[in-house]
Amino acid sequence: MDILVVLEDSQGSLHRLSKEAIVGAQQLGGSIAALAIGDNASEISNVLSSYDISEIITVEDELVSTYNADGYTEVVKQVIEKESPKIIVAGHTYQTRDFMPRVSAHLNIPFIPDIVSLSDKGFVKQVLNAKLNATISSNREQIILSFQSAAFNEENIQSGSCSSRYFDVILDASMIRSTSEKPFQESLGDVDLESAELLVSIGRGIEKEENIPLAFDLAEVLGAEVSASRPVVDSGWVDSFRQVGSSGCNVAPKLYFSLGISGAIQHVVGMKGAKNILAINKDKDAPIFEIADYAVIGDILEIIPKLIESLKNQ
Amino acid sequence: MKIAVLIKQVPGSESALPLNDKQTWVDESSVTYVMNPPDNFALEEALLIQEKVDDVEVVVVSMGPARVQKVIREGLAKGADRGIHLEENEEVETDPLSIAKKFSDVLKEENFDLIFSGLQSDDTGMGQTGVLIGEILGMSTATLAIETKLEKDQIKIKRELESGWFQWVTLPFPASISIQSGLNTPRYPSLKGIMGAKKKEIKSVLQELNTDQSQNIDNIFVPQTSKQTEIIETDADAAVDRIIEILKSEIKVF
Repeated sequence: MDILVVLEDSQGSLHRLSKEAIVGAQQLGGSIAALAIGDNASEISNVLSSYDISEIITVEDELVSTYNADGYTEVVKQVIEKESPKIIVAGHTYQTRDFMPRVSAHLNIPFIPDIVSLSDKGFVKQVLNAKLNATISSNREQIILSFQSAAFNEENIQSGSCSSRYFDVILDASMIRSTSEKPFQESLGDVDLESAELLVSIGRGIEKEENIPLAFDLAEVLGAEVSASRPVVDSGWVDSFRQVGSSGCNVAPKLYFSLGISGAIQHVVGMKGAKNILAINKDKDAPIFEIADYAVIGDILEIIPKLIESLKNQ
Repeated sequence: MKIAVLIKQVPGSESALPLNDKQTWVDESSVTYVMNPPDNFALEEALLIQEKVDDVEVVVVSMGPARVQKVIREGLAKGADRGIHLEENEEVETDPLSIAKKFSDVLKEENFDLIFSGLQSDDTGMGQTGVLIGEILGMSTATLAIETKLEKDQIKIKRELESGWFQWVTLPFPASISIQSGLNTPRYPSLKGIMGAKKKEIKSVLQELNTDQSQNIDNIFVPQTSKQTEIIETDADAAVDRIIEILKSEIKVF
């Protein structure tokens, strides 16, 4: 194989960034194998059977039934050693950021993370808080890459068929140095932001907790869900499951209606895959406007009540 | 107990960022530098442990040219006990594997129980150096801690996962952990701290340029936005009318 895509299990389904990583791998070109690890490996890889890749490799072992960094590192290491892919690819998720550097250190393979696009000279990565881009290259025979959310569009995935096989790993408990407890949510939400068609998203521009209902009212008349940027969640104004960004959800709705969000890079990576971005902000230099389709320069506290009123009359 | 905190000096978020002549990085002479903000949280977490537990030595470690002594001093002024400076006097390296090996060589003999680092740097944003160093030194490693609890010969951390999920992970010592920003409120140095920092030791270890980089920044450039943005700068009523038109006719929300 030329490229190994390491898939991510997101509560029993394939992580969206894993699909995008397959698109990235297809654009790199060559034979592609996708690696699914853990109890949900077969469920995750089912989705892949209609994609144009060479094969799906599944690993099941009780020591990696769910994600733990030491176990995953060992599995990925053994697959790389046996199969010798030239490029190892994954979505740039928190999980990838957790175990991929370990793989890099153990096998001495450079890890070029958070790539936004491919160029003929190398891999393009944002640097200096996304104010500049860098082209990075490597002279090594093997490299590890991770792709930023929305670097590739999952709709561009090429269909086809592929075979699948099990891969036997040799794991023993001594390889797992740290003890990982079961993941948990602090506030249980029944809101699925990642599949929401319309999102009304709140940022610091909402100013105070008393103004939060404005966003919920607007969402209600539009039939949208409410999401938020990190500062709003950190202030305790909305629940953490509504957070969009590198530490929250990765969303790609038909409309992302951004209210008073400045557009820090940590937020933007989680929503720039939206089909339409309509942003309102007082500051005409807010970075959110660089990726917006529609940039409304104005005060949300003045515009939103009027907008709700007009929408009700439609 | 010994804790190392890895701190990097990076261009401040307000700094001008003119490109250098070769367009391979920014022109360092025009840049205002600060302590990498995520590293500031890592340092604070170490200082909080030092306040709670007896006999904790906190050592700030940084790599770079002479200018980085400023952030080492800043760490000392906040309460770290001593500093180590991996001094570069030619080009500044950006290859994480090469950098991690250099740190590992210098830190090996120190036998730190814990290494804390920020989750990523604001300049290159590679987000891996702390883990690489830990792995090279045979330590247990973890990322994105938003809470730490010191236990006997081990540390329990709450890791941040995505979409509002968390996980507790217990790591045996020695451990290298990257710290998520925002888990504490970094202190400012006191005047007494600033005065005291001048007497604290900074050990400099001169680094030779590694000419065999495993990855290399070939050039940097200003991103071009491909998006056509419609700018709507008008009074609130006209803005509302235009927004409704967009929602209705262009995005077809209803």
